[in-house]
Amino acid sequence: MEFLVALAQQPFLQYALIAGLLASVGCGVMGAYVVVKRIAFIAGGIAHSALGGMGAAAYFGFDPLLGALLAALLAAWLIGLVRLYLEAQEDTLIGAMWAIGMAVGILFIARTPGYQSDLMSYLFGNILLVSPPTLWFMAMLDMALLVIVAAYHRQILAVVFDEEHARLRGISVTFFYLLLLSLVAVTVVLMIQIVGLILVLALMTLPAAVAGHYLYSLRGMMLVAVLISSLASVMGLALSYVSDLPTGPVIVLLVAAFYVGSALLRRLLGHRRTHAAVRRAEALEGRHG
Amino acid sequence: MSEAAEVIVLEDVSFSYGGPPVVRHVDLRVREGDFLGIVGPNAGGKSTLLKLILGLLEPQSGRIRVLGGKPARAARAIGYVPQFPGFSRYFPISVEQVVLLGRLGAGEGAGFWSQFLPGRYSAEDRRKARAALAEVEAEDLLHRQIGSLSGGQLQRVLLARALASEPRILILDEPTANIDQRLEGDIFDLLKRLNERLTIVVVSHDIAFISSYVDRVACINRTLVCHQTEAVDSDIIHQLYGDHVRMVTHDH
Repeated sequence: MEFLVALAQQPFLQYALIAGLLASVGCGVMGAYVVVKRIAFIAGGIAHSALGGMGAAAYFGFDPLLGALLAALLAAWLIGLVRLYLEAQEDTLIGAMWAIGMAVGILFIARTPGYQSDLMSYLFGNILLVSPPTLWFMAMLDMALLVIVAAYHRQILAVVFDEEHARLRGISVTFFYLLLLSLVAVTVVLMIQIVGLILVLALMTLPAAVAGHYLYSLRGMMLVAVLISSLASVMGLALSYVSDLPTGPVIVLLVAAFYVGSALLRRLLGHRRTHAAVRRAEALEGRHG
Repeated sequence: MSEAAEVIVLEDVSFSYGGPPVVRHVDLRVREGDFLGIVGPNAGGKSTLLKLILGLLEPQSGRIRVLGGKPARAARAIGYVPQFPGFSRYFPISVEQVVLLGRLGAGEGAGFWSQFLPGRYSAEDRRKARAALAEVEAEDLLHRQIGSLSGGQLQRVLLARALASEPRILILDEPTANIDQRLEGDIFDLLKRLNERLTIVVVSHDIAFISSYVDRVACINRTLVCHQTEAVDSDIIHQLYGDHVRMVTHDH
């Protein structure tokens, strides 16, 4: 109640609410791809590399979000090419990019007068500082993301589901895989304002994973993940406002609670039985093959 | 009667994954309408040979032509049923969606740029996906999750995905390895029917079994050991491959 009154009066809370909802759209849609393709670690590498771009942008006097976008895209392409062409060293190189991005960012920030205090908000987000230009920027990224996903869902699904088959159907796996990672990079930038780049992973994967507990279509997972993540953003904003706690971590713990609660509920409902049956069938086939 | 066109031609093809050659100096010709069985021991290079024909691998030496062009360019006109599908059974996707993926890049006019066509599947795509499922007698699986299918049902769905693209050639890698033995005959009866309009190449470890279905057999163990071009009966099989059957057992 207290929150609703404040929301009606305070523009910064209204901006925060809109920012949370805009970020939820991107992270719900892309989170579904990330979860089913199992590229959470790649998404983490992209997110942490973004700090390098934010630091450099701050140092040279550009908008840090623009720097984050460029760095995240660059990281996405590098990681994607490594994953497609140097598969053996994938995780080592992602780990290295993860660390290098952060190191570069922190060095730039150390040399930028007056920017040290912003470091915390880059890392953990500060939804209460969102300004209208940032909201427009986020809305534009959301639009671009939705248009591309609507246009190329078939091709992206083909690559996410079965790369070999996609290649045989004449689909450039390199192009659409890099497109997918680029969209993940855009999503990371969308969420930096909200939860910061350290906590991005949770908001991207957990709502989609909860949706995946109950739904067996990618489209459905996207929709429900957007709803769950919107709910968590609004609830997190209200909870953090009334308890005077940082918003990003509260939102992350909320989605984590949803995830754990859903996993337990599912266990109680016995959904595991069907999965166990699949696992048995696969084990059996493994023995034959 | 005129000779049917050669749809797959391999001339002196060799391939290695970096170590010793897995495929060595293979010459192989497949004519339109053939039903070719490729047999041979485990790790004899059968699956590698298929991947070369599909353009997924490039030979180190030799020449491969598929439908008169490079394998990678012809791949869209081939329906491929892999032994181990490249997806997880936990993936949240329905049978209909899997078969529809076969419609990507389908059709005579599909070229390089067709992969960038935006949008959804057309009504025609959906109709053809359903027809492909009907052809493998698996229409009732349309709305099932792939995770809930048995090995035999999944095999039919993969075959439907391959047929949905309206291929000229159908290539199958061990189509019966992961399924119940009594369903094996069903799958091959189905292939025999499809052979009336499609060229079929099938890899199998079970020489005696496929010999009753295929027109010709190629026996691969690194290189082409034998290539039976006449009609095959089980006497010839035993005569020709008796040695190799023993060799398979020695390998274990």
